[in-house]
Amino acid sequence: MLDFRLDEEYEALRKTVEEFARDEVAPVIGDLYERNEFPYGIVAKMGRMGLFGLPFPEEHGGMGGDYFALCLALEELARVDSSVAITLEAGVSLGTMPLFRFGTDEQRAQWLPRMCTGEVLGAFGLTEPGGGSDAGAMRTTARLEDGHWVLNGTKAFITNSGTDITGLVTVAAVTGTKENGRKEISAIIVPAGTPGFTVSKKYSKVGWNASDTRELSFADCRVPEANLLGERGRGYAQFLQTLDEGRIAIAAVGVGLAQGCVDESLRYVGEREAFGHKIGEYQAIKFKIADMEVRAYNARLAYYAAAAKMLRGEPFKKEAAIAKLVSSEAAMDNAREATQIFGGYGFMNEYPVGRFYRDAKILEIGEGTSEVQRMLIARELGL
Amino acid sequence: MNIVVLVKQVPDTWSERKLTDADHTLDRESADAVLDEINERAVEEALLLKEAHGGEVTVIAMGPGRATDAIRKALSMGADKAVHVSDDALHGSDVIATAKVLAKAIGTVEGFDLVIAGNEATDGRAGAIPAILAEILGLPQVTQLRKVTVEGTTVKGERETEEGVAHLEASLPAIVSVTEKINEPRYPSFKGIMAAKKKPVTTLTVADLGVDAGEVGLGGAWSGVIEASPKPPRSAGQRIDDEGVGGSKIAEYLVGQKLI
Repeated sequence: MLDFRLDEEYEALRKTVEEFARDEVAPVIGDLYERNEFPYGIVAKMGRMGLFGLPFPEEHGGMGGDYFALCLALEELARVDSSVAITLEAGVSLGTMPLFRFGTDEQRAQWLPRMCTGEVLGAFGLTEPGGGSDAGAMRTTARLEDGHWVLNGTKAFITNSGTDITGLVTVAAVTGTKENGRKEISAIIVPAGTPGFTVSKKYSKVGWNASDTRELSFADCRVPEANLLGERGRGYAQFLQTLDEGRIAIAAVGVGLAQGCVDESLRYVGEREAFGHKIGEYQAIKFKIADMEVRAYNARLAYYAAAAKMLRGEPFKKEAAIAKLVSSEAAMDNAREATQIFGGYGFMNEYPVGRFYRDAKILEIGEGTSEVQRMLIARELGL
Repeated sequence: MNIVVLVKQVPDTWSERKLTDADHTLDRESADAVLDEINERAVEEALLLKEAHGGEVTVIAMGPGRATDAIRKALSMGADKAVHVSDDALHGSDVIATAKVLAKAIGTVEGFDLVIAGNEATDGRAGAIPAILAEILGLPQVTQLRKVTVEGTTVKGERETEEGVAHLEASLPAIVSVTEKINEPRYPSFKGIMAAKKKPVTTLTVADLGVDAGEVGLGGAWSGVIEASPKPPRSAGQRIDDEGVGGSKIAEYLVGQKLI
């Protein structure tokens, strides 16, 4: 009944991605991060091994796996680097998933095969400079005119939106007013390069420096009416569904980062000496690392449990919020402790833990802040 | 074109590897076991040839029960089927016994055109199997290749040495071995991993292959390991403080070691 072992194929995938991260990502990511460069070579390799197609059926060019398989891959990548993990996470669950789930046959045929191989990345434009979690504050508009949607507005912090291989951005926009007076929000596919669609230069970020994050602006940007994704007026409901599962994926990224901190610390304390002993022999260090392992372990159980409910088709909103909350806090705490263990070297960018420290904070913010997760959990409890 | 790839499960070079105290054979418990990296390249080359010419790729492994993991990986990469020779009697076999068994196992694959092996395993490092196999099977061997192509019934290859590059060819069927320069092996995809579960793996004993159990294993080996000791830990080294003549002091040291 209670069996936490991974099925053979999940374990084989986990191991494959572990090797990939160790052999292909670890040796090069430090330089890319330092130079704020998007990891095109790594993305191409991940594409060839099918990671961008993991949860999609083979008929669309996918791998026929599921969302949990994606989470396992994300965890293993994030053990080594979060920029790479988030590029995959956003590419799959924000870029491709909405098209797969809500797209017409034509839209799926046009985009999915190349997105599943990582040749084309999709992005998801929800957040605006004036509001993230508050959809009522959305100001980007799309009006229907002569068979075209005409978009105007600005989107902020959009992952994968300005790479050389970005093919499209799915943009949430106000398309009218509902009977109850609320804004009618719809999702519209805007292909890269459409006139009137401008991509700003990359943000200067605290972390995730090898990932692509940009501000997007739309000025009388016209796309065909057929680019509506899903039902008109269902845009926000669609995004909510996307966000719930995205939280499990972000939880997996957090667990990976938290575990990466344990990996790096274990390696370091077995080598570094102080006062005549390996620092790993001191109880102050042992206890820190034991606590770090506990946090990573707990957070992993939380996201496995949320994923299990999702795969069984049961409601998983609360579990996803718990997993995301626990894991982002584990990542932040472990990154802080690992940096402390490394001492002065922890503050140097050439060591991975410094990168982990910078990458951890966003996990408490992106895809719903920790406050939003608590709000959701309380709401699920009837408060 | 039907291709046979010889694969071996070896202790992960990332983990600490050692021999058992009892009989100086590999201590399989001490390290993680993986498909040898050079065999991943051999499988990759077979898959590339299959993609170009069609046909079927069969992997053959000799090893204990858990070698199925290595076989599974080769199948996940895209090989079509596998033969696993597994028998307690094989424990401690030397290269000659291993080659005899592998030759018989290759014989169970109908109509093979090409056998691809790695040039040497990362554990035993004898590098002799391809040549012994060629002798037993009476086939041409083209070893230590950095490039392999097949044209009609001819296999062509490039062997790189310190002196230059030799261009070699042989008529099929033939045995080739590849070096680490041959290619970059693919990572298995999840689709490949799922498909591998359904691919046929034939498990055979030495008796199934008609090999006398007395000829193989530690008892049948022509050579033996008399003694083994772990590599001594690295010593602290010699420290040179650079007071303007550091460079020449290092050069003196290297000259003393006959390195320059």
